[in-house]
Amino acid sequence: MKSHYLNEDYSVRSWLLTTDHKRIGILFLLSITLFFILGGAAAVAVRLELLTPEGDLVSAEAYNRLFTAHGVIMVFFFLIPSIPSVLGNFFIPMMIGARDLAFPRLNLLSWYLYMAGGLLGLSAIVGGGIDTGWTFYTPYSSVFANGQVILAATGVFIAGFSSILTGLNFIVTIHTMRAPGLTWFRLPLFVWAHYATSFIQVLGTPVVASVIALVGIERLFGVGLFDPALGGDPLLFQHLFWFYSHPAVYIMILPAMGVISELVTCFSRKRIFGYEFVAYSSIAIAAVGFLVWGHHMFVSGQSMYAGMVFSFLSFLVAIPSAVKTFNWTATLHKGSISFATPMIYTLGFLGLFAIGGLTGLFLACLGVDVHVHDTYFVVAHFHYIMVGGTVMAYLGGIHFWWPKMTGRLYPEFWGRLSAMVIFIGFNLTFFPQFLLGYMGMPRRYYAYPGEFQVLNVMSTAGASILGFGYLMPLCYLLWSLKYGAEAGPNPWKSVGLEWQTESPPVVQNFETTPEVTQEAYAYDAQEAEADAS
Amino acid sequence: MAHESISRTTYFTIFLILLALLVVTVRVADVDLGRFNFLAAMAIASVKAVLIAYYFMHLKTQTQLTRLFAGVGFAWLALLLVLTFADVATRLGG
Amino acid sequence: MHPESRFLAHHFDSLEQQHEAATMGMWLFLATEILFFGGMFTAYGVYRSFYPQAFVAASHHLDVTIGTFNTGVLLTSSLTAALAVHAAQAGRRRAVIGFLVATMLLGATFLGVKGFEYHHKFVESLIPGHGFVFPGPHARHAELFFSLYFVMTAFHALHILIGLGVMAYVIVLTRRGQVTPEHHPSVELTGLYWHFVDIIWVFLFPLLYLIR
Repeated sequence: MKSHYLNEDYSVRSWLLTTDHKRIGILFLLSITLFFILGGAAAVAVRLELLTPEGDLVSAEAYNRLFTAHGVIMVFFFLIPSIPSVLGNFFIPMMIGARDLAFPRLNLLSWYLYMAGGLLGLSAIVGGGIDTGWTFYTPYSSVFANGQVILAATGVFIAGFSSILTGLNFIVTIHTMRAPGLTWFRLPLFVWAHYATSFIQVLGTPVVASVIALVGIERLFGVGLFDPALGGDPLLFQHLFWFYSHPAVYIMILPAMGVISELVTCFSRKRIFGYEFVAYSSIAIAAVGFLVWGHHMFVSGQSMYAGMVFSFLSFLVAIPSAVKTFNWTATLHKGSISFATPMIYTLGFLGLFAIGGLTGLFLACLGVDVHVHDTYFVVAHFHYIMVGGTVMAYLGGIHFWWPKMTGRLYPEFWGRLSAMVIFIGFNLTFFPQFLLGYMGMPRRYYAYPGEFQVLNVMSTAGASILGFGYLMPLCYLLWSLKYGAEAGPNPWKSVGLEWQTESPPVVQNFETTPEVTQEAYAYDAQEAEADAS
Repeated sequence: MAHESISRTTYFTIFLILLALLVVTVRVADVDLGRFNFLAAMAIASVKAVLIAYYFMHLKTQTQLTRLFAGVGFAWLALLLVLTFADVATRLGG
Repeated sequence: MHPESRFLAHHFDSLEQQHEAATMGMWLFLATEILFFGGMFTAYGVYRSFYPQAFVAASHHLDVTIGTFNTGVLLTSSLTAALAVHAAQAGRRRAVIGFLVATMLLGATFLGVKGFEYHHKFVESLIPGHGFVFPGPHARHAELFFSLYFVMTAFHALHILIGLGVMAYVIVLTRRGQVTPEHHPSVELTGLYWHFVDIIWVFLFPLLYLIR
């Protein structure tokens, strides 16, 4: 039997002290799956409460703690680390022909920080919970809230440094460790997307760490920093919070866009349409994404002039996002499309991201936002981006690279079925929420007027289907570890560098450092070669 | 490391300039210049920071890319300040 | 085999590549640090623009002489840190250790003086939270100033403390012969970090002590 990164050592110690980026990727995969399940359980409870107009299942107090738990877990402990820490960790070195990330021990530290932060966050939830919402707005969080704010804030603070170290590692790796011949414009777009994401992690995260630390200090020592009684400004907190937390949305979606660029080319057998535009639009999204945070504060007492500036800038960020969507669609045009599971996720992503992105324009518009602010319209919008976008791409990527990571093929029939169940369940869950929000149902309430019940029942029914859809891959992927067919090095006939080595890869990734002689996505050349032979 | 090194004389010269700037900034603070006191203090601090970064931190002999990374943190801090003050400075009744 | 190749990690092809990565990583980390302090500088800026008179009144309770002295101490420690790197480039290990010890002593002096100032504020009842007493009409807003003063200087002092720990470790590395003219990233990166902490103070000093 061949030696590879999984079977060279089976001891627990060899996993907990590993500096192999592939093993750390697997550690992240296991841990974020756990957090996804926990965050999902909180979502189930929220949806069950909203099945009836009355607040009957849980108390108002408990409901507040449930949606906060859902938000904190999903944002900080699932979505932000999801694609970068699992797929990025595993595949960036392989895609650039390197043996590891630049700082392998920092990479392991990043996992430990994530786990420490995650466990603190969990202990906050178990030990009484928090009811501030995932946004920790002051002065409620710093003065009045009676939950475990300090524990949760510390957890988020520590997990933030995990994210910073991952980003820092990626930037340095991509700059210094590319294989011979691998110029910037030969890089897979997955790498470009992570490069852009990493800058948000490095430059944005410290600001939220700083402001969360200030909230913790204010609670712990009674030192007034945001306290209105001393003349403190609640909006200051919101500025500092959203300076990170809006770009954090791009930490979630940019890597997803990177995944989609890989999948859409491989399953259309075509080079990507407008490579440079897709590459540069990642950088543009990361940069412009830092200039739009004030659209979260349109109705919070921010100056109306600032509101106008932020509104205009928010519209700007739609341009690079649209460039990407158009280019993926153009890539499909006249491609030899095969509807393998990753491609179904990709097509799902394209539709759902388009809806999520376009409704974002509604919210960037000052007047419309006043109408739908803090309603279910907003909830639906960001779930279309984060679940319809990021989670679809994440699952598509997991399926695409599963054979490489494990050496096994997953069952294709079940893969396609689950992708379609998830797509249907997702839309049934969240599309009614657009309507509810537009009709005026506010978010974060455990009871609502009777006339909203039909749409809420639809949403809860959809959530059940969606939850079932998520459980399916969990089962058949685990099943495939033992019973799946041997994948071989390149089951998708992909031209990516990561497919030019064994599955699962050897510890050093490549037997010899590869030399790159062609652009990324040279599927046309590959097809021509196949025709000739 | 392969970089051309900076001489000890340069280090001492820069150090003396930094001390001189420290004295200047304390003295200038005692003169009433209105709002220019703040600007002068920040200008002097920035000069000191640039001297430290350029000579003590060897930006002088570093690649353009490293200089870019050194600048990007300050640039992003400027974004944070400018857009926050876009609100704070124009808020009505604040 | 080249004598320096014992320093080469398995995943790099050359020491140059390894050095480039280490330096770049450190600068990116410092960019992170700028933004970390940046959150607090923004808070300072907003509150100072809201309450300029209170900030002037509160700032008068800080001792400019002590602050100036401490700034001088930190600037001197930057010089010794730069000289430590210079000595490392020349391969003079004893000088490296000497300059690092000097830097640590100066850093410790800074912390000692800072502790003295904190104590003084405690005696004057200028600790925010319970028992804050401030004469004159600006008491509430002055408390905001002192909250910022303590948080910013405490985070800065924490960085100094970490720097002292790192330098102690680098001294051990140097004694073990891990520092050569071609390979001394530990000294160089520690120097970068220390200068950065100095730069933060260069801004904190006029912002906190020199408002008139």
